[in-house]
Amino acid sequence: MEKRLIKDENDRVDGIFKVTGKAKYFAEYELPGLTYGVLVTSTITKGRITSLDTRAAEKAPGVISVVSHLNKPSAPAYEQEGGSAMKIFYTDKIFYNGQPIAIVVANTFERATYAASLVKATYTKDAFNTDFEKAVGDAQAKKLQGQPDYKRGIENAYQTAEVKVEEKYHLPIETHNPMELHGIIADWRTNNQVVVYAKTQGVKATQGTIANVFKIPIENIQVNSEFVGGGFGMALRTWPVEIATVMASRQIGKPVKLVLTRMQMFTMVGNRPAAVQTIGLGAKKDGTLTGITHRAFGETSVYENFTEGVVNMAKFMYQCDNVNTQYTVVPVDLGVPIWMRGPGEATGAFALESAIDEMAHALDMDPLEFRIKNDPEKDQQRDKPFSDKNIKEAYRVGAQKIGWSERKNKPGSLVDGQWKMGYGVSIGVFNANRGRASVKGILKADGSLVLQSATSDIGPGTGTGMTLIASRVLKIPAGKIKFELGDSSLPQAPSQGGSATLSTVGSAVNDVCVALKSTVAELAANSNMDATANFADVLKKNNLPSIEVTKQSQAGKERDEYSMYSFSIHFVKVKVHSLTGVVKVDKIVSVGDSGTIVSPKTARSQMVGGAVGGVGMALTEESIIDHRFGRYINNNFADYHVPVNADIPEIEVHFINKPDPYINPMGAKGMGEIALIGFSAAVANAVFNATGKRIRTLPITPDKILAS
Amino acid sequence: MINFQYLRTTTSKSALNLISKDKNSKFLAGGTNLIDLMKRGVTSPEKLIDINHVPLKQIEAVGDQIIIGALASNTAVAEHALIKEKLPLLAMALNAGASAQLRNVATVGGNMMQRTRCGYFYDTEMPCNKRQPGSGCGAIGGFNRMHAIFGTSDQCIAVHPSDMCIALVALDATVVLSNAKGERKVLFKDFHRLPGDTPQLDNNLKADEMIVRLEIPNNNLNKNSYYLKVRDRASYAFALVSVGAALELSDNKIKDVRLAMGGVAHKPWRLTAAENFLKGKEASAENFEQAAKLAMTDAKGFGENNFKLQMAPNSIIEALTVAKSKA
Ligand SMILES: Cc1cc2nc3c(=O)[nH]c(=O)nc-3n(C[C@H](O)[C@H](O)[C@H](O)COP(=O)(O)OP(=O)(O)OC[C@H]3O[C@@H](n4cnc5c(N)ncnc54)[C@H](O)[C@@H]3O)c2cc1C
Ligand code: SF4
Repeated sequence: MEKRLIKDENDRVDGIFKVTGKAKYFAEYELPGLTYGVLVTSTITKGRITSLDTRAAEKAPGVISVVSHLNKPSAPAYEQEGGSAMKIFYTDKIFYNGQPIAIVVANTFERATYAASLVKATYTKDAFNTDFEKAVGDAQAKKLQGQPDYKRGIENAYQTAEVKVEEKYHLPIETHNPMELHGIIADWRTNNQVVVYAKTQGVKATQGTIANVFKIPIENIQVNSEFVGGGFGMALRTWPVEIATVMASRQIGKPVKLVLTRMQMFTMVGNRPAAVQTIGLGAKKDGTLTGITHRAFGETSVYENFTEGVVNMAKFMYQCDNVNTQYTVVPVDLGVPIWMRGPGEATGAFALESAIDEMAHALDMDPLEFRIKNDPEKDQQRDKPFSDKNIKEAYRVGAQKIGWSERKNKPGSLVDGQWKMGYGVSIGVFNANRGRASVKGILKADGSLVLQSATSDIGPGTGTGMTLIASRVLKIPAGKIKFELGDSSLPQAPSQGGSATLSTVGSAVNDVCVALKSTVAELAANSNMDATANFADVLKKNNLPSIEVTKQSQAGKERDEYSMYSFSIHFVKVKVHSLTGVVKVDKIVSVGDSGTIVSPKTARSQMVGGAVGGVGMALTEESIIDHRFGRYINNNFADYHVPVNADIPEIEVHFINKPDPYINPMGAKGMGEIALIGFSAAVANAVFNATGKRIRTLPITPDKILAS
Repeated sequence: MINFQYLRTTTSKSALNLISKDKNSKFLAGGTNLIDLMKRGVTSPEKLIDINHVPLKQIEAVGDQIIIGALASNTAVAEHALIKEKLPLLAMALNAGASAQLRNVATVGGNMMQRTRCGYFYDTEMPCNKRQPGSGCGAIGGFNRMHAIFGTSDQCIAVHPSDMCIALVALDATVVLSNAKGERKVLFKDFHRLPGDTPQLDNNLKADEMIVRLEIPNNNLNKNSYYLKVRDRASYAFALVSVGAALELSDNKIKDVRLAMGGVAHKPWRLTAAENFLKGKEASAENFEQAAKLAMTDAKGFGENNFKLQMAPNSIIEALTVAKSKA
């Protein structure tokens, strides 16, 4: 029988391009005269470069130039004081092992690779420390406040509670590792015109950074980034290696392409910082929470500071009168971290949601019941009502789907031969953002609509969501709508991050479409046409090939009146082998409570992807450093374990799908982060329920099960 | 550029002539290990002799043996009806290795010759006696979670990463090697080496030799075989510990037994003492436990891999139990 592919309105607009290879990623652009850059990296961890011998490399076949701190191509911002201490090629200081110290440009990639191996550096070496946990424990080590301390009610109230839990949780460094390697093509043309093909979560941000470093007008810079092969946060900034590539292009007057190696992905484009956290919980015997204390230490670098929202969730997620938090960052001699999906909240949620489970166990309460009992009526941190929150319903839906009634409160109760079964639950929450964005809409007499905005799509399906919003407002079939993005010349939009794109850009799409609709209605009225007339006919009747509207859209004072969050509940069933310590996730049910679901297929994919990332965080992912050398030891895809298909069971996704009345015209809240936040705790909680073993250090590998 | 010559041959004879002429040449089979090592700068042969077109891909029963050509792909062997029926342990071990894509091109000879996955061996900025004799062993006192607990030396504690080889050592295979002058046979258990003072040598293949085939004697172990691989993720990860277990049972009596372990030594680790203990005894939980305990005599951890001291005996028990329970 012939197989038919049934298209529907909710399909990804770029799906066919992605699966047929037509989607063009930055590294695939062929520019006339394109050259290839390969980085030379430091082999020491801390110190100074004393000499850099580039002669052999310069003489090697095909080599055009070796750019380093010795020949400093012009970058005016780096000549000024201030900013990051790591000004690429404007310093001879080494801040971490694997730091880029030169870029070799040649006429083929292979030649550049070989020539890069010929560059010889000598150094003076300083003592260093790459061991974050050691720095945390070292009273002499530098520590910085990451966020102002927070206190509500009595500090450390948990200590005097009827029932108390106090535990420490550890997370290793995780590396984003999207399939697409990071890099850039930079083409510095005459008259200081710069064209780049970038892998970026924000074309405008990349444009701004380049303008700022080189002090050239922003209009001179064109950034293209139509497709991005996964970002997860690592493409939220323009990295020094990208600036290095622009410098190289400027110096040689030719386009230069840089693509990192998988190994360089571990040292040049950030990571989820390691963390050590202590949670103290206090409760009455009836299960009422009386105190929450969350203290966190996060990793940062010595040359730039990085902080994130590790302790945010403790402040409002549970009804509790006494809450205090503290967040400290501790510099180590490694590359600077960056947000990784679910950012700090995912780190914090592992600790908090594990501790909540520990408290439920200490109270001999069902952890779901315990959560429901302490579900907050309003946001106590900001003293405001939630704009919309349906957690209890989400708990109910998820519990039923996972088969929570099969769960026994006593750990180790469900046994099948050597396998022990257990169930776990956790909650995820992330600020439901809405920023400011502009969209241009061009309605054409041929019946089509073009929408333009300088946003990005790092994978979630931005074009699809925007198309569906427009389609619903204007009643045009999705197939007739084109959403253009990834181009810095389009109307302003913020970087794609913090689960805000659908809310921010989607609102502007909505507003543009509403405006177009009323323009068409006016035209129809003026030309004595029926108000329900087809817009194409209205345009034709008026002899207009097209009409254009640009709208800027942003949040109003509703954000002062309400506290806006997206929520997710993760349910996990695991089995744990009692002899080998292997953990297998048997079933996943994730429930999203994030307002209206605009694009059901891509929304589901977000939740599925988050669950897969969550399994990785919980069970397999860890970037390992040999602290004697300061070098990563598992910096490749064979040894850094992202989950494979065989690790992932059936994933059921459910949405509450009720509009948030206040957030934006669609009533839709972001969900990229909540898909992952909290997930790892659900796994750890399920492992505890299966075995009675509480693993507080991720990832939960078989050796840890056997050792505890 | 580091240039190398690429030569393609279609007969063993010409392959062997080529290799005898030039010390710094290497055979290229599936290339799944060799090319990676070349990219990382761990090895840089001047000549690559592509042997993929040499007709050594046979998988057949000859007399009371099963013969497998050195260039048969891992997939071809694992999916061959004869192997699935007569040597299921080998099929299971192969399928536990790498990924489907890798198995499709990886060959039997290449699999035997694959080098350790020790991270220090791969990073040319790190000390490693195997890569650069005399430079020190990075793993001792470093990251050694994946490393050996048996047969180590103070020069090297690496493991041989193959799954296939665990089955082959258990099944009493013989390796047939050839040079330009003729063939010789080596017992599989003697093919790989312990590190001793020469960690740079993984095995006893001579510079002018090629692996041509394996000979595996028929056995009655096929009903009760099991390959257990304990790893950090369900596929596409090297073994923390693996166990190949095969039993010949008569009622519940053990007539014959084979046990070998992976992820624990510089070579596929046959558990002879445990086998000897089990032979003639009841296939009981107590005896399995006793055998596992015996197998662990002389085991030694290096810190991060201490968990293997528990995971290994547990895995032996589990593998024997599952093998026994097969219909
Ligand atoms: C990411 C990854 C994961 C992996 N996971 C596993 C795993 O879980 N378990 C596992 O067992 N393996 C695993 N492997 C290793 C894989 O099994 C080996 O790479 C493969 O078997 C090597 O076979 P090949 O034919 O590609 O060898 P090649 O790479 O072509 O050659 C390897 C070596 O063998 C030599 N050689 C090849 N054939 C002959 C011959 N006939 N005579 C003499 N010398 C010869 C070559 O000269 C070379 O030195 C993995 C590999 C990768 C890359
Ligand atoms: S264990 Fe062996 S391979 Fe690993 S670093 Fe030591 S010598 Fe090298």
